[in-house]
Amino acid sequence: MKNTAPETVPFWLDPKKRAIFFQFITLCVVGLLAYYLISNTIHNLKRQNIATGLRFLDKESSFEIGESLISYSAASSYGLALIVGALNTLYVSSIGIVITVILGTFIGVARLSTNWLVSKLAAIFIEVFQDIPVLLQLFFWYAIFYETLPSPRQALHPLPGVFICNRGVAFAVPKADPAHGYMAIAFLAGCVIVYLIRRWAKKQRDKTGRLFPVFRVSLAILIGLPFITWLLAGAPTAMSTPKLVGFNFTGGKSFSPEFIALLLGLVLYTAAFVAEVVRAGIQSVSKGQTEAANSLGLRPGMVLNLVILPQALRVIIPPLTSQMLNLTKNSTLAVAIGYPDFVSVANTTINQTGQAIEGVALIMALYLIFSLLTSAIMNWYNKKAALVER
Amino acid sequence: MANAIQPSRKEEIKPPVVHVGVVGWIRKNLFNNWLNSLLTVVTVFLLLKTVPPFVRWAFIDSVWNTPAQACRHATGACWSIIPHNYRFIIFGFFPYNLQWRPLLAMIMLFVLLFFSQNRKHWKKSLAYSWIAGLFIMGLLLKGGLFGLKSVESTQWGGLVLTLLLSVFGLTAAYPLGVVLALGRQSKMPAVKTLCIVYIEMIRGVPLISLLFMASIIFPLFLPEGVTINKIIRAQAAIILFTAAYIAEVVRGGLQAMAKGQYEAAESMGLNYYQTMRLIILPQALKIVIPPTVSILISAFKDTSLVVIIALYDLLKTTQTVLSDPRWLGYSREAYIFVAIIYFLGCFSMSNYSRKLEKELSRGD
Repeated sequence: MKNTAPETVPFWLDPKKRAIFFQFITLCVVGLLAYYLISNTIHNLKRQNIATGLRFLDKESSFEIGESLISYSAASSYGLALIVGALNTLYVSSIGIVITVILGTFIGVARLSTNWLVSKLAAIFIEVFQDIPVLLQLFFWYAIFYETLPSPRQALHPLPGVFICNRGVAFAVPKADPAHGYMAIAFLAGCVIVYLIRRWAKKQRDKTGRLFPVFRVSLAILIGLPFITWLLAGAPTAMSTPKLVGFNFTGGKSFSPEFIALLLGLVLYTAAFVAEVVRAGIQSVSKGQTEAANSLGLRPGMVLNLVILPQALRVIIPPLTSQMLNLTKNSTLAVAIGYPDFVSVANTTINQTGQAIEGVALIMALYLIFSLLTSAIMNWYNKKAALVER
Repeated sequence: MANAIQPSRKEEIKPPVVHVGVVGWIRKNLFNNWLNSLLTVVTVFLLLKTVPPFVRWAFIDSVWNTPAQACRHATGACWSIIPHNYRFIIFGFFPYNLQWRPLLAMIMLFVLLFFSQNRKHWKKSLAYSWIAGLFIMGLLLKGGLFGLKSVESTQWGGLVLTLLLSVFGLTAAYPLGVVLALGRQSKMPAVKTLCIVYIEMIRGVPLISLLFMASIIFPLFLPEGVTINKIIRAQAAIILFTAAYIAEVVRGGLQAMAKGQYEAAESMGLNYYQTMRLIILPQALKIVIPPTVSILISAFKDTSLVVIIALYDLLKTTQTVLSDPRWLGYSREAYIFVAIIYFLGCFSMSNYSRKLEKELSRGD
């Protein structure tokens, strides 16, 4: 018998050596490509006299931003302008996410309704809003604002204290009062109490099997505590109503057409996807679960709370998070209708300073942080909610 | 048999009229309990409030083919904006008398798509006809050969550009995505890390940042004097973006493959390339067809983002028409028209995907 020692295998047939060789080649190609691009870039930057680095962030921005959550003026720095943009992105995304989840859940449940009319309408909503590019939807809502709505002088007045015109939507809000601060504190305290009650109720249920009406009590605490605080603070009822001064409304709270068009477009588009996610989640719980729960004598509310939702949520939450992330990423389209989100501000900065690489890198970094954070939270949740297999 | 059960002669009792027919259907589907009855009443009320005014605006009071001045007097929609401008919306700045060429290319595309629908036609010949088709389409657009007059790509626009970006984007992104997915599943650490970093980075950033990169940073990457056309740069951004998403979908298919498949292939003495080519990919790619189609749909919709870097796609040509002082103020009509085009495209794809999913899950 011939002895085939491993040394006789030529190196190109040895899978281990071949793998090393192959990876070496890949790294070389990638490295060379990177070197080529970077050296070109450095050469071009030198030729065009563009300074690199983030020093431009300290310079005066000298452009105004229409909407800002913090105090900002043209004399502020580019860095502050970008922070304003990032806050605007967070602002529109967080409001958008809350409305989207509520609306999407509502439509997803409506899609499964036994009511033929409601179910069909939900299906039409989902199909129509999913299949039209979100950018087109933004343009459409924006056009509705500046083309069809009247000027502030003839503003629509559907409800007392609410005005809709081509400059945006203005509505009455309670006048600033120290009582509001106390109410917020009371609400937070209510949240803590509710959390403790829920924990206690769960322990009680596991120990004694007795059920405590958690939902009703929580609701009473969450609404009752701020209400009592409001009464104790002297029940201030003064309202700040928008008034037509010159060409626009002052007073009250107002939203710009850009903000509303962006919010409307993002919410309707994403809600259609969320509705599908919710529908799939509910359908993923087999009918036997409902029947088994019913046959155990659980009331319909308990069937939903204790049997269906915990199982459906496990299916719903991961795609739901990715839809939320999509909404945040799609909010970058604000740049097309002129809402000052992060990309829009960064774009202006790039145009003024010529720092294209830094600007785009900042955009990418911000969204990468968003998505890495989200996926970290997702992994944590998945671990917590994962089915404990036998 | 003697004691067989005799068919009963009892007269058939018809179900009460409120349980069958239209009345029965309405009772069962719209008024089966108090909540549903309430919902039905509220919905019907809302529909009556919204639908008739819309129909009035869109159809009864609307004008369809009049000059712009006549539109100013109409109380309803001015659809005239479409017949007066459709050539520009669809073909952009393509030379007017040469517009039969993109038209022919689009017809070819639709014929190919229609032909590819049937799974019986999924053979090698179909792949060849696609390659040939794409080549001819490119030739029809670009010209310069066989006596066709050359047309600069800066003149491409409208629906043609939208379709071009999506079709060529997907054909290029698909193989790249498959390679990336294989790389991510690879046992070689360097290759694997590169692929993971690429995929996660691209999926983490919005498409618009890549388009910015293509339009403003990419020229810096090139040596002095070399320029690449803006459409191609945007196309490259779309390809790189879509490939990362396709890679994730394909990875799902690769992970769904039973381990036995790999082991069986190995024990047959197949090498890596043969295993993938003959055993794994044909099965893995088949199970991920439905999610691939949804990537296709979103890529088709996402091409509209090139508006932001000022390429004249379908949406941008529409906006250009709307900035014409004669047609100022008819955005709703124009946007609804564009929305219908996108809707038809996406809806037919998603319908097809659902049909395919059913067929594939039946296992034939």
